[in-house]
Amino acid sequence: MQSLSINKRAAILSFVLLIVFLGAWEISITRQVLGEALTEYEILMGLGQQRSAIPPPSDVMVKAWEQLSNPFYDAGPNDKGIGIQLAYSISRVLSGFGLAVLVAIPLGFLIGMSPVAYKALNPFIQVLRPISPLAWMPLALFIIQDANSSAIFVIFICSVWPMLLNTAFGVAGVRADWVNVARTHELGSLRTAFTVILPAAAPTILTGMRISIGIAWLVIVAAEMLVGGTGIGYYVWNEWNNLDLTSVIFSILMIGVVGMLLDAVFATLQRAVTYAE
Amino acid sequence: MHKHFLSIERLTQTFPDGAGGTLTVFENASFGIEKGEFVCILGHSGCGKSTIMNVLAGLSDPTSGVVKMDGVAVSGPSLDRGVVFQNYSLLPWLSALKNVTFGVKARYRDWSREQVLEHATKYLAMVGLEGDVIHRKPSQLSGGMRQRVSIARAFANQPKLLLLDEPFGALDALTRGTIQEELLKVWSKTEQTVFMITHDIDEAILLADRILLMTNGPFARVAESVEITIPRPRIRTEIVNHPNYYAIRNHLVQFLGKRSKELAGQRSEGESQSPETVRIDLTENAPDPEPKPRPTHLQAVNG
Repeated sequence: MQSLSINKRAAILSFVLLIVFLGAWEISITRQVLGEALTEYEILMGLGQQRSAIPPPSDVMVKAWEQLSNPFYDAGPNDKGIGIQLAYSISRVLSGFGLAVLVAIPLGFLIGMSPVAYKALNPFIQVLRPISPLAWMPLALFIIQDANSSAIFVIFICSVWPMLLNTAFGVAGVRADWVNVARTHELGSLRTAFTVILPAAAPTILTGMRISIGIAWLVIVAAEMLVGGTGIGYYVWNEWNNLDLTSVIFSILMIGVVGMLLDAVFATLQRAVTYAE
Repeated sequence: MHKHFLSIERLTQTFPDGAGGTLTVFENASFGIEKGEFVCILGHSGCGKSTIMNVLAGLSDPTSGVVKMDGVAVSGPSLDRGVVFQNYSLLPWLSALKNVTFGVKARYRDWSREQVLEHATKYLAMVGLEGDVIHRKPSQLSGGMRQRVSIARAFANQPKLLLLDEPFGALDALTRGTIQEELLKVWSKTEQTVFMITHDIDEAILLADRILLMTNGPFARVAESVEITIPRPRIRTEIVNHPNYYAIRNHLVQFLGKRSKELAGQRSEGESQSPETVRIDLTENAPDPEPKPRPTHLQAVNG
């Protein structure tokens, strides 16, 4: 018997699990609907109501096909394609995340290089870090007075901490020998920062960025449910209000897929800067 | 008074001993190095060799005393004093070639890319690294190759003084032998002034013009400066047959084994402590090349 590679065997197993799961889901829903069908008498008497069941996977797939074949349609404020909604969410995440990069990396350098700065800022970081980003929302709405910017602020505040701490940790952990190499070559502080410390700390910094983008994507869904208007979080909540569970399940899947893609981008970047000692 | 190219004057280093007092590593140590000279310093661990090295490199400041190069007191690290560290200190995210060009670019800031590349490649070739190997990352190179890259980086910068901090300490004996020869080859082509720390007596005899011997710490001092009276070019397999080889080696072994302890802990009482020059040359008094047992002749000259 010819043995397959581990990857092939894993792929086959994944596929089998998926089929079994979808099959079980499909069958259980069909039975439930059949079993609970109302008698004619009950309908005539208005007794009981048709209980809306969780849609079977076949419905979700039909929905997915329908949505993905035309992802960017725009038929008014409450009816936009999934592509538009995701684009809103991704742009908010990237704006908030980008601002966090601009703050966290220079500040992380400072904290990592100066023990005084580290000790002085550490109490603030320790208090601010465990705050749920959504707790900032009311304050942000009051101060900024704009729902969209508040959502971006919430993303900023949740993605700043992992990057800040990882940058500081990475910079502080740069081997003294490498810094000595820079010193014996008479490199200025700026050149040392860019040619020695940044590449040395890059893998740790990228780890922080990868954690941050993951958290940002988790938080944007909740933030958009609160601020409403546009975005995938709003879409999920809106479909729930429409009692369109097929769309809810479909959008949950899309959130997962986009989150995975964002993580994959940062995983690739991380691999590019990682070095072996 | 004779002016040395590099002169170390009344260097003292103390550290807090952790119990409120101070620990004196060495006190009022003075010695000099001439231009183009290859000097090795031998001594037991903890006698302050690395501290002296760090002070010469400008990576740390002594408690008191000055280091003068070309008559000018040095402070802080400088491109004039190149360092080869024991653990190679190559930047792991750069290829071997990029590690060398990193140094060359820092030294010759107005050079074109081609000039930098050509210069770096030339020095890598001098230590026997050519072809695809120079595009590998340090993690893909053996310990010996990494140290060659490190040596090429230091020599390519053509510093006035090259400091080697136990450069072969982490290498196996056979690799060490080859790289010592590479080092001698490069050194003889460049007439570089070299100051090197080592633990290895045979290595010191092979490489050095002069060996400085340090007593044990605390209150260590450079007690002797032993001239290596074996003509160059020296080849490992041939110098062992030179009449002076074992006489010098015995002297060094005796010093490190016994006298470094006996002389330890002597305070300077404010005096500048210069090493005593020792010259052992059996060929001077014995023109006949026939080797026969004779007593070791020691000549002590105050330096």
